[in-house]
Amino acid sequence: MIQTLPFQPEQASTIAKSVDDLYFFLTAITLFFTALIFSIIFYFMLKYRRRSPDERPQAIEGSLPLEVLWTAVPTVLVALIFVWGSTLYFRNSEAPKGSLEIFVTGKQWMWKVEHPEGQREINELHVPLGRPVKLTMTSEDVIHDFFVPAFRVKKDVLPGRYTSLWFEATKVGSFHLFCAQYCGAFHAGMIGTIIVQTPEEYESWLAGGAPGESMEQAGAKVFQANGCPTCHVADGTGLGPSFLGVYGNPVKLTNGQTFTADDAFLRECILQPATRRVAGFAPIMPPFQGQLTEEQLNNLLAYLRALGKAAPPAKAAAAGGGKS
Amino acid sequence: MSTATLEPQPRVRAPLNYLNADYGWRSWLFTVDHKRIALLYLVSITFFFVIGGSFAVLMRIHLTEPQGALVQPETYNKLFTLHGIVMIFFFLIPSIPAVLGNFLVPLMVGARDLAFPRLNLLSWYIYMVGGMFTLYSAVAGGVDTGWTFYTPYSSTYSNTQVTAVAIGVFITGFSSILTGLNFIVTIHKMRAPGLTWFRMPLFLWSIYATSIIMVLGTPVLAITIFLLALEHLFHVGIFSPALGGDPLLFQHLFWFYSHPAVYIMILPAMGVVSEIIPCFSRKRIFGYKIVAFSSVAIAVLGFLVWGHHMFVTGQSVYAGLIFSMLSFLVAIPSAIKVFNWTATLYKGSISYDAPMLYALGFIGLFTMGGLTGLFLAALATDVHLNGTYFIVAHFHYIMVGGAVMGYLGGIHFWWPKISGRKYPNGWAALAAAIIFIGFNLTFFPQFVLGYLGMPRRYAFYPPEFQVLNVMSSAGATVLGVGYLIPLIYLIWSMRYGPIAEPNPWGATGLEWKTASPPPTENFAEIPVVDEEAYDYAPKPIAQPQEAPGD
Repeated sequence: MIQTLPFQPEQASTIAKSVDDLYFFLTAITLFFTALIFSIIFYFMLKYRRRSPDERPQAIEGSLPLEVLWTAVPTVLVALIFVWGSTLYFRNSEAPKGSLEIFVTGKQWMWKVEHPEGQREINELHVPLGRPVKLTMTSEDVIHDFFVPAFRVKKDVLPGRYTSLWFEATKVGSFHLFCAQYCGAFHAGMIGTIIVQTPEEYESWLAGGAPGESMEQAGAKVFQANGCPTCHVADGTGLGPSFLGVYGNPVKLTNGQTFTADDAFLRECILQPATRRVAGFAPIMPPFQGQLTEEQLNNLLAYLRALGKAAPPAKAAAAGGGKS
Repeated sequence: MSTATLEPQPRVRAPLNYLNADYGWRSWLFTVDHKRIALLYLVSITFFFVIGGSFAVLMRIHLTEPQGALVQPETYNKLFTLHGIVMIFFFLIPSIPAVLGNFLVPLMVGARDLAFPRLNLLSWYIYMVGGMFTLYSAVAGGVDTGWTFYTPYSSTYSNTQVTAVAIGVFITGFSSILTGLNFIVTIHKMRAPGLTWFRMPLFLWSIYATSIIMVLGTPVLAITIFLLALEHLFHVGIFSPALGGDPLLFQHLFWFYSHPAVYIMILPAMGVVSEIIPCFSRKRIFGYKIVAFSSVAIAVLGFLVWGHHMFVTGQSVYAGLIFSMLSFLVAIPSAIKVFNWTATLYKGSISYDAPMLYALGFIGLFTMGGLTGLFLAALATDVHLNGTYFIVAHFHYIMVGGAVMGYLGGIHFWWPKISGRKYPNGWAALAAAIIFIGFNLTFFPQFVLGYLGMPRRYAFYPPEFQVLNVMSSAGATVLGVGYLIPLIYLIWSMRYGPIAEPNPWGATGLEWKTASPPPTENFAEIPVVDEEAYDYAPKPIAQPQEAPGD
């Protein structure tokens, strides 16, 4: 059978088997119908081969029952596959709560990884066994694609946007990481290794890295260095909004729309503040497009995320509104 | 039967036909005869096929070793890019419509030419200008974006000849639009008396459906390519986020044309198969109207599935859901066609001439190509297979196993009509078998490679993928030999082949009721049609009018 080992990639994540089950079902369908069509053709070719040059068979117009049959059978089959494929996809699309969050930046032609505790890796990603890991990814230049065949996961990594992907490894070991979206001269060299370790090994790897500072700490430095605290005062009395209690909560814009302050929203507010103005503040923030690297932005967002967990300052909005 | 019958010509000297009417080079380059323009296209697309094929040969040699056996990665990237661009825009899209369509549409509708003969010649010149731009770019350094030109790589990062190639593709698009327009008008307005829509050969139905896609889809490609060139040359922010653009907008626009373009390639091949199967089983096609309408259904649904190329781009999961469902819907009319062709064989009188072998090969390979499409329409499996060799294998089963087999079948079927000569049937059958086997040896291993996780467009790769790559390259040599054989015997037959009678296969259809090769004006008198298409059934009175058996 084709399912035997050399023809199957390793199954090393919680979803791998469910994807393979659908894959094998589809393979069975393909083999069945290919065999069916081929054998009918061969049978007819032999049985109805021309026996004399003036043979003139009677015409057959067609058959409504047959047409209905071979419309209905494929329809039912594809409906089944559609439901199966979509349910699985939906189940796999949302990262479970409490996933370990890791940040990935793609650039020609390497993968840069940053752990919340501050460890950095290039073309390697250490993850613990048996714990869901959520990757938040962006690109510094062109479109890349994060593909781990053993986990059956893949997601484009886009410049100017965040995409995410999650997996839970079920096997200790090293697995291929491929860039699966053509990205230039050394696209084929944009490969790396996912290293799955037992939780204990992973802990000691984290501790041994001697990272210096966490992403949140690095983000606080970016915040300071770019003059953000001048306006974004923590107690809500500055020219710009305080970030305490902002991340993950709804924000009202000057045009009346309400957005959730997530990575994508905050990124845009930092890089191109003119696009979306928060209600109650004067439009004085300069754009930071081109001023921050993707890693600085990642760290900054980690800092804002941490601030978001704090309680918002009392009457923050009122105080800010009074100023403008 | 039609009123146009053949004057029994003594074969002492060849009667005047479109080929021997004039021999000067002007008579070819300034011709407005649809049959001569078809031959201009035949020569041009064969030229581009050889070029695109040579790129493929170099790629397959390169990939026999994991670190790459032949060229630098930059060069490899240019090879797969140009292979795709040349094969898709300069061979597959014009192949059946511009060669067989041009030759046959007026003959099949019983007209003396297409509706706009000068426009038809202009289409060929536009096609050649576009082709020259593309060849220039290949010589002047090449282009390395992949035939898909994804932004922002193509617009801001690649420093290769993106603009020259973009202009080439842009220009060639107009050739498609004009050809499509010409076919639509001809089929609507110039059908012979009695040739109602439901008496038309199915080839005309599929050319009609294809023309609609060409006319409606190609302008979108032109606009997209134009925007790409604007950003590449003048840094107008459309697609690049660094310039304030949207990186995925390009993919939406590009696939809005390029997915229907797949149907531009496959629908005409389906039309050819619908002609060949009835002729060589001497049976009316099973379920004529259903086969005809399924062509139209494929053309319409084909415009609504572009998002299935973007399941892993981070587009909304709900958009993914809709596009997945619509993609599955396209599978249904395709399946219906396969079943109807197979049913046509039932109780037929089947002969195994070369065109029939290609047509049966088409059914087999198209079935496999179509069924493997289900893996990619299903969201969960597409996530794993997208961007791998599985995709490469799938679309080659459709485009080479389907479209090229259909094209070769059509060339073999109508060659006696086009050239007035017969080719050696044994060689033709052998070539068909070699192509079928070589094709499977080349592309089947790529399904496995893709499932194992090898991404496409890799100039070098981890060593565990080597065995399957070597198998694929070995198969490609067989396939290459298979393609060379027809090239040789068809050229040979033009001079040395036995003279073909007007209807060597005993086929129905107006094109077989005139001489081989046809006179410049196609028919001495415009024929009148009083029968259904594929009227192969025994007719007591029609006996003397049947062509002599082969």
